[in-house]
Amino acid sequence: MRLTLEIWRQKNGSDPGRFVTYEVEANEHMSFLEMLDVLNQGLIAKGEEPVAFDNDCREGICGMCGFLIDGQAHGPNHPGTVCQLHMRFFHDGQKLRLEPWRAAAFPIVKDLVVNRSALDRIIAAGGYNSVRTGSAPEANAILINKNDSDQAMEAAACIGCGACVAACPNAAAALFTGAKITQLSLLPQGQPERYIRVINMAGQHESEGFGHCTSIGECQAVCPAGIKIEVIARMNKDFIRASLKRRETTPPATISKSGSPYA
Amino acid sequence: MTDLNSKIPAGPLEKKWDEHKAHLKLVNPANKRKHTVIVVGTGLAGASAAASLGEMGYKVLSFCFQDSPRRAHSIAAQGGINAAKNYQNDGDSVYRLFYDTIKGGDFRAREANVYRLAQVSVNIIDQCVAQGVPFGREYSGTLANRSFGGAQVSRTFYARGQTGQQLLLGAYQALMKQVSAGTVVHHSRREMLELVVVDGRARGIVTRNLVTGKIESHVADAVVLCTGGYGNTFYLSTNAKGCNASAIWRAHRKGAFFANPCYTQIHPTCIPKSGEYQSKLTLMSESLRNDGRVWVPKKKGDHRPPNEIPEDERDYYLERVYPSFGNLAPRDVSSRQAKYACDEGRGVGPGGLGVYLDFGDGIKRLGKKVIDERYGNLFEMYERITGDDPHVVPMRIYPAVHYTMGGLWVDYNLMSSIPGLFVGGEANFSDHGANRLGASALMQGLADGYFVLPFTVSDYLASGGYAKVDTNHAAVKDAEREVQGRLDKFLAINGKNSVDHFHRALGEIMWEDCGMARSKESLTRALEQIPKLQEQFWSDLRVTGAGADLNQELEKAGRVADFFELAQLLCYDALKREESCGGHFRVEHQTPDGEAKRNDAEFAYVAAWEWKGADETPELHKEPLVYENIQLATRSYK
Amino acid sequence: MSVAGTKSIETEAPQASPGALLAFWNNPIGKKALMSLTGIILSLYVFAHLLGNMQIYVGAEAINGYAHLLHKNLALLWTARVVLLAAVLVHALAGVQLYLNKANTRPVQYAERVNIISTTASRTMIWSGVLIFAFVIYHVLDLTVGVAHAGPYEDVMPYQNVLSGFRFLPAAIAYVVAMVGVGFHLWHGLYSLFQSLGMSHPRYTPMVQKGAAIVGTLVALANISVPIAVLTGLLR
Repeated sequence: MRLTLEIWRQKNGSDPGRFVTYEVEANEHMSFLEMLDVLNQGLIAKGEEPVAFDNDCREGICGMCGFLIDGQAHGPNHPGTVCQLHMRFFHDGQKLRLEPWRAAAFPIVKDLVVNRSALDRIIAAGGYNSVRTGSAPEANAILINKNDSDQAMEAAACIGCGACVAACPNAAAALFTGAKITQLSLLPQGQPERYIRVINMAGQHESEGFGHCTSIGECQAVCPAGIKIEVIARMNKDFIRASLKRRETTPPATISKSGSPYA
Repeated sequence: MTDLNSKIPAGPLEKKWDEHKAHLKLVNPANKRKHTVIVVGTGLAGASAAASLGEMGYKVLSFCFQDSPRRAHSIAAQGGINAAKNYQNDGDSVYRLFYDTIKGGDFRAREANVYRLAQVSVNIIDQCVAQGVPFGREYSGTLANRSFGGAQVSRTFYARGQTGQQLLLGAYQALMKQVSAGTVVHHSRREMLELVVVDGRARGIVTRNLVTGKIESHVADAVVLCTGGYGNTFYLSTNAKGCNASAIWRAHRKGAFFANPCYTQIHPTCIPKSGEYQSKLTLMSESLRNDGRVWVPKKKGDHRPPNEIPEDERDYYLERVYPSFGNLAPRDVSSRQAKYACDEGRGVGPGGLGVYLDFGDGIKRLGKKVIDERYGNLFEMYERITGDDPHVVPMRIYPAVHYTMGGLWVDYNLMSSIPGLFVGGEANFSDHGANRLGASALMQGLADGYFVLPFTVSDYLASGGYAKVDTNHAAVKDAEREVQGRLDKFLAINGKNSVDHFHRALGEIMWEDCGMARSKESLTRALEQIPKLQEQFWSDLRVTGAGADLNQELEKAGRVADFFELAQLLCYDALKREESCGGHFRVEHQTPDGEAKRNDAEFAYVAAWEWKGADETPELHKEPLVYENIQLATRSYK
Repeated sequence: MSVAGTKSIETEAPQASPGALLAFWNNPIGKKALMSLTGIILSLYVFAHLLGNMQIYVGAEAINGYAHLLHKNLALLWTARVVLLAAVLVHALAGVQLYLNKANTRPVQYAERVNIISTTASRTMIWSGVLIFAFVIYHVLDLTVGVAHAGPYEDVMPYQNVLSGFRFLPAAIAYVVAMVGVGFHLWHGLYSLFQSLGMSHPRYTPMVQKGAAIVGTLVALANISVPIAVLTGLLR
């Protein structure tokens, strides 16, 4: 099959960027990224710079790949990442537009590559249970209701790709943040830090320049891990409760964008 | 003749680690923050080591080439993690896990290391549960287990088909906690391109900032490499596209011995290659073999659709050949049997390179719901890639390079032959012998990172004896110049062919001549072809773009250049190991029924290779494997 | 109960100091929660107002009597008016602030972005909100104060005022358009407030979502029926 690709090319963060049109010959067994590999090999042969796109595991789990295909994060087949999207979902002669995630919190690095370290800083703000190495109690001493455990697993399946941000009209990372908060707040081990966690993570989310949630559900429609917006409701509930319980009046310090973890 | 000191503590096996740990030196709490430790790689071993060292109070610099530490390839491990908890009351114990691992490794691993691994396995589960890893559970609220290849007990803990992801996220979160606490400074999109050695000790690294192209140096009192394996030498493997051996290879060139490079694991259950453009192979977890049955048609060239082949015309060859382990035979054994079936012309699918993994019986026995609960996401993944629904049509699978047991040589403290250079996880050679059992990689990564390295690195730091260095040191400047020189060279070749072109060609040689079945002839051929290809690489490579930018071609060029050198050592080691064991199968050394035939009298040693220069033959150092507690036996899964 | 410095955290009332409230307001989650709470107040008012309106079909005495009843206790009436006004201000201020922030969160727009599952109602809350706000001002001037009334205005005589007002076609059209806006706003708002206040359940949330759409539609249709009835002569 022959495809026409309109791809966003941007040399670096300060280049304004533009769409450039390419033609590529593909077949239906290829993955979308393999099709881009073919395009890139052709560009190299012509002495042009290949299209930069993030990718690593190509199994849909590392969360590194992702861009919009014809206005949809990760392309038309949901749920799934672009590396798991196969060319049989497209037809000969089709014209596709490839555009990077766009959000103030995700500055473009080059072409389809963006900087998602804001998500790392949200986790650093509180997305963990503090447990000193080697000091954990016997695993089966903590019994966990299977339903809670399964629900926690569903929330924990987030791969951190940023598609939720990309698809949100307000560029919110609420699905991402809510998923981690939900996972930990459903488990007994997560209770001690439950409320300070949500205050800190929601605070970091805000200071990173992500937007707000309007419950429209576009994020869950594109989430490759099938996370549901119920996790946002759980985050909201914990945030409201935490705000009511809070005793100190000053908001917590947030992690600086210029500092680690992207030193 | 050995000059390698493995530093295995004396005393009874069960007490070695505790005794050793009790006598390791400690650093005064007030002094800890004066010590800097570099940790390269943020997979299970790297993230857990960096988090633990940071938590102890050291100043930790951590690095990964991906855009976030959470992307490390540990995340893709599906099946599970072993631990000798004996929650199932099926007779498991630390000793049994130890024995299974040694046996699974075909008696080519160190007893003391493996015993320690089995001992700390139980702590890993405790640690991860406390972190909030949502392991599978029973309705009673207790942890659930599944069985895995190479074991007759159920000791594998799992989080659906995403165990690696959940364990890695646990370690990543612990790491991020230390980042916000200020004890760890993390650097994403940095690739380590050189090791800095000062006065014979590892003192730093040179990295390239992959976004700006800047060459940056970092110095420390100790360097820990947790940079994964070298499976991508074969181009097509189940590794992530970015996985590379540059960190360990650069360290090897600076004096770290490389041990047992020929021990490569071919995983039996991967989705077969579909065409020339194939960029990587996707693993289907080995856990599928719990409820899936492997078969090929009895007749050669039987092209009927699988569902039309009647039961009595199917050959469930694993169950036939290995009645006691059946479909759960270890990886190397299962892979080789698949190869034999396909070599006989009984393979299925395009090119006859595939066998069926059938869930028909499993679904009949347990119901679709239970099967989906166990493997739901794997089924989805398979269907997404192939377009076939495994509930209806059997999966087609074929072996693929998956894991490398070899790696940098380390002593019992996980320190390499360069003082101050520690190596953890898949990057070292330590625990799996010649073959790794399923669900043991996650165990080893976390054991090294949480429970071994923090103690042994502390001991090294406490022992002192090294001078202060900064980034202006001559050794640092030399390393920077070397790195810059190599990068400039790639950009200046300006030939005709891309990096991928050469990498794919290298992979073909390796798969054909140094894959599942190796011979003196094939290995000699590979050792002639690789240098020729390497020469072409250095004269006909085209790297587009510039160095001061995100340049993925330039990144790949450096990695493939190192793969070329490593591939030769791999083949050379395979040639010199005149026996078959685990993942290393020499056709000259097999039993009449095609099983691996070890030669314990001559080859019960670790082959640690020393780099002697680009055109020199590497020097072999042998570390004899001494078994004090178990009897060497012929591995049988029949 | 406190014994010399051993206060129990649980037994103490939460201290909502101005700082904490400000922090709550400054986070979008807090802001959305306040929008939800004020949204509940305003929705209850809309339902009550609708029930009042529907008395027009009973007859002039019924609805005019009801209006007089409401005006009997001025203290109560003005309390209600102040609460509603405050709710409107908080709701609108939060909504506008959040909307304006969109330009900051995505400074460079997509060439193309496809909506997959979201409803039109959910994506146009700001516009239905602005429409309702403008309508409320007009509506108060029209039927409460009477300065923008098309026909002769009679104090606290809603039956006569409605009839005289809606005979003027542009007023009726404006009213219908505004009610479509109210329907849309309720359609998404009544569901979204559960989400924003942290109430979500795989079994009940789909019902809430459907319920919100039905209630929004019914409120709009019922309100729209009044000008239609006037124009078609059903009410005279």
